[in-house]
Amino acid sequence: MEALELARWQFGITTVYHFIFVPLTLGLSVLVAILQTFYYRTGDIHYKMLTKYFGKLFVIIFTLGIVTGIVQEFQFGMNWSEYSRFVGDIFGIPLAIEALTAFFIESTFLGLWIFGWTRLPKAVHLACIWLVAIASNLSAIWILMANSWMQVPVGYELVGGRAELADFIAILLNERLLVQMPHTILGGFITGGMLVLGLSAWMIIRNQQAEIFLKSAKIALVFTAVASLLTATTGHDQAQETVKTQPMKMAAMEGLWETEQPASFSLFAVINQEEGTSSREIRLPYMLSVLAHNNLTSEVRGMNDLQAEMEEKHGPGDYLPPVGIVYWSFRIMVGLGVLFIIVAFWGLWLWWKGKLQDNRLFLKTSIVMIFLTFLANTAGWMVAEMGRQPWVVYELLLTADGVSPSVFKSSIWITMMGFTLVYGVLAVAAFYLVWYFGKQGAPEEEEGTETNLHTY
Amino acid sequence: MDLQTFWFILIAVLFIGYFFLEGFDFGVGILMPFVSKDEVDRRVTINTIGPFWDANEVWLITAGGAMFAAFPHWYATLFSGFYLPLFLILLALIVRAVGFEFRSKMKEKWWRLTADHFIFWGSVLPAFLWGVAFTNIVIGLPIGEDMNFTGTLPALLNPYALLGGLVSLVMFTLHGAIFLSLRTTDELKVRVEKTAKMMWIPVGVILLTFALLGYRQTILFDEFGIIPGTLPMIAIVSFVAVIVFMNINRYGYAFAATGATIVFGSLVVFQGMFPLVMPSSLDPDFHLTIYNASSSDLTLTIMSVLAIIFVPIILAYQGWSYWVFRERVTRDAIPRS
Repeated sequence: MEALELARWQFGITTVYHFIFVPLTLGLSVLVAILQTFYYRTGDIHYKMLTKYFGKLFVIIFTLGIVTGIVQEFQFGMNWSEYSRFVGDIFGIPLAIEALTAFFIESTFLGLWIFGWTRLPKAVHLACIWLVAIASNLSAIWILMANSWMQVPVGYELVGGRAELADFIAILLNERLLVQMPHTILGGFITGGMLVLGLSAWMIIRNQQAEIFLKSAKIALVFTAVASLLTATTGHDQAQETVKTQPMKMAAMEGLWETEQPASFSLFAVINQEEGTSSREIRLPYMLSVLAHNNLTSEVRGMNDLQAEMEEKHGPGDYLPPVGIVYWSFRIMVGLGVLFIIVAFWGLWLWWKGKLQDNRLFLKTSIVMIFLTFLANTAGWMVAEMGRQPWVVYELLLTADGVSPSVFKSSIWITMMGFTLVYGVLAVAAFYLVWYFGKQGAPEEEEGTETNLHTY
Repeated sequence: MDLQTFWFILIAVLFIGYFFLEGFDFGVGILMPFVSKDEVDRRVTINTIGPFWDANEVWLITAGGAMFAAFPHWYATLFSGFYLPLFLILLALIVRAVGFEFRSKMKEKWWRLTADHFIFWGSVLPAFLWGVAFTNIVIGLPIGEDMNFTGTLPALLNPYALLGGLVSLVMFTLHGAIFLSLRTTDELKVRVEKTAKMMWIPVGVILLTFALLGYRQTILFDEFGIIPGTLPMIAIVSFVAVIVFMNINRYGYAFAATGATIVFGSLVVFQGMFPLVMPSSLDPDFHLTIYNASSSDLTLTIMSVLAIIFVPIILAYQGWSYWVFRERVTRDAIPRS
């Protein structure tokens, strides 16, 4: 493997791993804050027990999110120095703002929340977890601002071979950001919601504190149902924005080689990238026109036309992303998204019928959903990032030109093995801890006494 | 003052803030196995930095982000050049955080022992490697025409840089010992005070050797001349004040004094390299300076506004969290399991 491929693998491994924990943090922080708010408002000790139960799991997951995030902050410079030089003027701003406005709040107030149960007035203590939840989601906005700019560069001018900032407001209001940000954050809400729902279902099945966990299951159901619906609509917005700004990505998502009008949506295809064909297809007529333009008649451009256009603009080269991966990732993401909606509304319906705690099939399905959310999140990012290839900054900088020239192949091997090994061990430890504390159930709490979430 | 100078100062402030804050929690992590006589002591030691270490580390993340935004070339050259050392720092910070967070989750001996190793090595390595890295910057590195590092790993591990690593390692450890004396009680407190006093002379010898050799080894004294000037003098006086305050049992002042040694010692480094950010040992034309490494004025202006608004707010709430947890950690505060 060449240094470029190694660097890409390393970025892929570390980033996908990082994004196991991030969406959980986005959703779970909000849910823990909601649970504590219920406790604050009602005084029901059950909500306090639930807050601590999910709070404990949140801290375990949050820790892994942080430590893998530190690697993210520095690996642009390590493996992608030429990329960093090219984009720093613009890309660095959201990264710096993220640290200034989100990371400091998260880390300081999480410490205050964990160790402050015995020290802070109740309202101040509640405010601490809300600040953590808000800051977590704020950090997502900033990093997505950086990513959106790589997808759809705006507000820049090219000076001396690098992109310089020309219009900050344009970057803040990047059309991609406005569709990608809600979609990603809501996906995180589904992830957190499904974790709370699945663990609650597990406890109900085990008949362990079932009465208490029914309460968290209901909150999680409402939360997840709303989030899953909105994730779908914002996903639809994003598809329409993508067809305008990154038509090649959209064509790859559909395995669409020739331009079609009206365009049909592909349900299944065997993609052969070398020959440029999709075979054994099952297609839904008109549906791609709906997806792309919200009508039944519009044209959607195919990869062959777009390749020719790119060559005209940027010179000879292969401008196709890895079509098969993008095509199937998109289908996995959308399929799972639909499944999440069905499961959430199934649960709401059972609740309405008063049978939520009795339907074992639903409860077991909820547990499986915990794992599927990760698959959906990863598939979504595969579409976004692989679909942008061969560009690292769309139509401005090729991925191949972004890699660090001074870093040896052997060095990348060392770091890739090192990160993968350590991440693997940590994944096992974290999974074990979540399982272990999940199984233990909510800690008993007494009225009128306070203990901290934990002591180191 | 131009924007580039302002941002050079701000990044210096962020790194120095990081060394001051995470310096003592590195020190605590390093001392934990040595000053504790049992499991309860180890937990007391870790809990002295319990609510703080994570926020302290954000100073580094912010320094990294600010460097990326304000001086992209500095960021790119530094971290691709220090590739393997930085990798070790990152791994160390990962296992250290996990060590803190996961240690008390299980009662098994092997689990806690593993966490202790994570915490100890996770503190030793970065405390040492940051010294190596900054010493290398002021020695000058083989940076080529395209701003990229052209050397190899052994070039980074030269004797003087290793001595620089030792300096930051022992200085952070001393800083941590004095921090522990402020946060613990009874026997443990007596032990850390003794440790701090014992460390002072050896640390002083290492610091002095490093400073004197610096005349020959670094670019700093091209700038300063023979008489080092005000900042190094303050660093030296503060270091002497450390032992004076310890001997009159004023550990709060002693902590301020080790802090001042770290702050002014680091300032010497930043002042000495200004306006260079990565001097090249190959050709003065290849130096990275605050001008050829910087972002556009527009980026720097926007970032300046944000920094001026947010840095004071951060200092306020971070300071408040230290106030909330100002009580010493006692053995009674540790649960029995």
